[in-house]
Amino acid sequence: MSGFNKDELETEARRGLDALKAKTADKPLGPRDRMAVPVQEMPCQNPELRRSNMEEVTSGYGECQARLEAERCLQCRNAPCVQGCPVGVHIPEFIAKLREGEFAAAAGIIGETNLLPSICGRVCPQEKQCQAQCTLGKSLGGPAKAVQIGRLERFVADRAESSKAPAAAAPAAGHSTGKRVAVIGAGPAGLTCAADLRRQGHEVTVYEALQKAGGVMVYGIPEFRLPKALVRREADNLARLGVRFELDFLVGRTRPLRALLDEDGFDAAFVGTGAGLPKFMNIPGENLVGVFSANEYLTRANLMRAYDKGRAATPIYASRRVAVLGGGNVAMDSARMALRLGAEEVHILYRRGREELPARAEEVHHAEEEGVIFDLLSSPDQVLAGDDGRVGGLNVVNFKLGEPDASGRRSPVPIEGSGHFVPFDTVIVAIGNGSNPLIAKTTPNLDVDRHGHIVVDKKQKTSLDRVYAGGDIVLGSATVILAMGEGRRAAAAIGEILQ
Amino acid sequence: MNKIIEKTHLSEEVYRFVVEAPLIARERKAGQFVIVQLDADYGERIPLTIADADPQRGTITLIVQTVGASTRKMALKNAGDEFIVLGPLGNPTHIEKVGWAVCVGGGIGLAPLHPIAQALKAAGNRVTIISGARTKDLLIMQDEMEKIGERNIVVTDDGSAGRKALVTEPLKELCEQKPAPDLVIAIGPPVMMKFCAQTTKPYGVKTLVSLNTIMIDGTGMCGGCRVSVGGVTKFVCVDGPEFDGHEVDWDNMMARLKSYKKFEEEANHKCRLEIEADVLAASQGAAQNGGRR
Repeated sequence: MSGFNKDELETEARRGLDALKAKTADKPLGPRDRMAVPVQEMPCQNPELRRSNMEEVTSGYGECQARLEAERCLQCRNAPCVQGCPVGVHIPEFIAKLREGEFAAAAGIIGETNLLPSICGRVCPQEKQCQAQCTLGKSLGGPAKAVQIGRLERFVADRAESSKAPAAAAPAAGHSTGKRVAVIGAGPAGLTCAADLRRQGHEVTVYEALQKAGGVMVYGIPEFRLPKALVRREADNLARLGVRFELDFLVGRTRPLRALLDEDGFDAAFVGTGAGLPKFMNIPGENLVGVFSANEYLTRANLMRAYDKGRAATPIYASRRVAVLGGGNVAMDSARMALRLGAEEVHILYRRGREELPARAEEVHHAEEEGVIFDLLSSPDQVLAGDDGRVGGLNVVNFKLGEPDASGRRSPVPIEGSGHFVPFDTVIVAIGNGSNPLIAKTTPNLDVDRHGHIVVDKKQKTSLDRVYAGGDIVLGSATVILAMGEGRRAAAAIGEILQ
Repeated sequence: MNKIIEKTHLSEEVYRFVVEAPLIARERKAGQFVIVQLDADYGERIPLTIADADPQRGTITLIVQTVGASTRKMALKNAGDEFIVLGPLGNPTHIEKVGWAVCVGGGIGLAPLHPIAQALKAAGNRVTIISGARTKDLLIMQDEMEKIGERNIVVTDDGSAGRKALVTEPLKELCEQKPAPDLVIAIGPPVMMKFCAQTTKPYGVKTLVSLNTIMIDGTGMCGGCRVSVGGVTKFVCVDGPEFDGHEVDWDNMMARLKSYKKFEEEANHKCRLEIEADVLAASQGAAQNGGRR
């Protein structure tokens, strides 16, 4: 596979559309006709080229591709796809508008439920959500053959922005209620919550510890997968809506949460502080120079722009042979970033098999195309020092899959005596995050579970009155869209108490 | 962005900044630090301990030693300029009445030591200070320290002020007294803290050190600051910055500090060239302006 050329794909889609039109001349399209339309591939950069640049890997459907893909939708009455979407986007409705070429109307429909469609279209695990439920996909043998809902969402959102039509996310602020809400953390949960609260007419201030709004979308997800200009645009939209941003402000330290409510006049608060302390393997040698958490590696590269070596003041480790531990999206991002930063060989070590990789299918596929080597059913039990005292390699143990565990995944069992040395100079640990203890530590009576995650009820309310929480600080390591869903639910609940 | 109110050149490599930061000035306690960033796009995040704060005036005081490219660039900033300050970060020093406390400060470590010594005295402790530096010019905060300590023992490597000795020498003498000190707090270069901890260990004197490790966010997200304390991995930003000096794995901590040594040397070189070019351009500009007048 060598990438998909946008122009070629578009030309082919135009032909496909014309052929369909010819058919509709005498009778409307039936399900059989729709099922016969092939899945529209995503145009993307050639892997050989992209593994050494930071530009976005995929370039999005052209108009003909989008309209042809939209023709594949069966417009099911019961819309199972909507059940699969954490924020309940009205999927068949927007696709129907897209089919008719009414792109602005399609954007409007998405915007009713999704504040960040251009981002979700790019980073949601659609094959586990909307596309997993798609009737067409089910009858054709799996989510890969489903209507490409994420790609269509992205097309609509990007199109709305570039045509300067009323953007998907630009509904006006509601009539002023005089109530004030503090949103802590400018990630997907916080931004969604802030937007909804502003639409309800409340005054909203978003507090962010880092120097930029976006949370994981700016520090974690790389430029080549989610352009930062896009995140910036969404934050700017919110600012235009009247949301105030206080950057470089760490609630819990710069000002306690309690003081915001009791002294600064906020009527309610939403805590969306995201993932916290990175998890490590707890194996010997893990504090050697050359072992990084994925958070650190990606934050240096993304937020601090260490890839721009001429201009950035923040250094990034010079690596030749890199081992990434873990199999999720963050592991894929780290591995692909390491390639782009000049590593000669990058391995992903994962204890389970290919089927169990938790990353988005597209990311695994892209990583493979770019030359990332997957060492499946293997994981280290020790990091070993080289002559210079820094990381010299890993003692890698092979695994086999045993019985399914509580999570339903087959649990990996180490194969005795399989340990062997593999040389690496860099190890990136991407096995998830714990919780950040700061808010809980500085806020009396805020209940957390034994993992330190904030405990909430069905409406996202915490143990404290007027304090709500959502996103990774509640869920542990989850996804952008799940965090958004929680932010939205919290905004609705806060709206109720502020009436 | 936070405005610089005052800048003082304390010695060749050391600068004192008084910065407008009313919220930090109000919340900060002894032992905490801030992260400074010169620009949001490409600037490095630099952890710096807070030397002092004035809640009425809404200012904090930072003492900076030019050790790398970013601190060198920071030193070029003047009153009226701005940079980003995030904080206060880390846990405050646990201050209580223990009896006799010895505060050991080396180089610019004297700056963060000052508010701690002050708080210990205010809590009713007998406080002895040991102030150390390479040479007389690098000895800072001496007027303040004289006021706090019942004694301020001064040592320099070259004997240009006080005794010609390392801080560990008077520290050992104090530990030998009966009764020995109840608490030692040592803040300075890692190697100094390591040897202070080694000095007090045989006497069983509790010794706290304040670690300044590599950090990105400073809020518990990156794990770059991790250190091994008593065989357990700790994060300096949320678990520290103060730890039991007898439990810290110093060799690992110091190796980790040098993770980017090569990069830093290159950046430093580049930075010096840039600064020289700036200075040259400024002087030429001044000459031209002078000529026109």
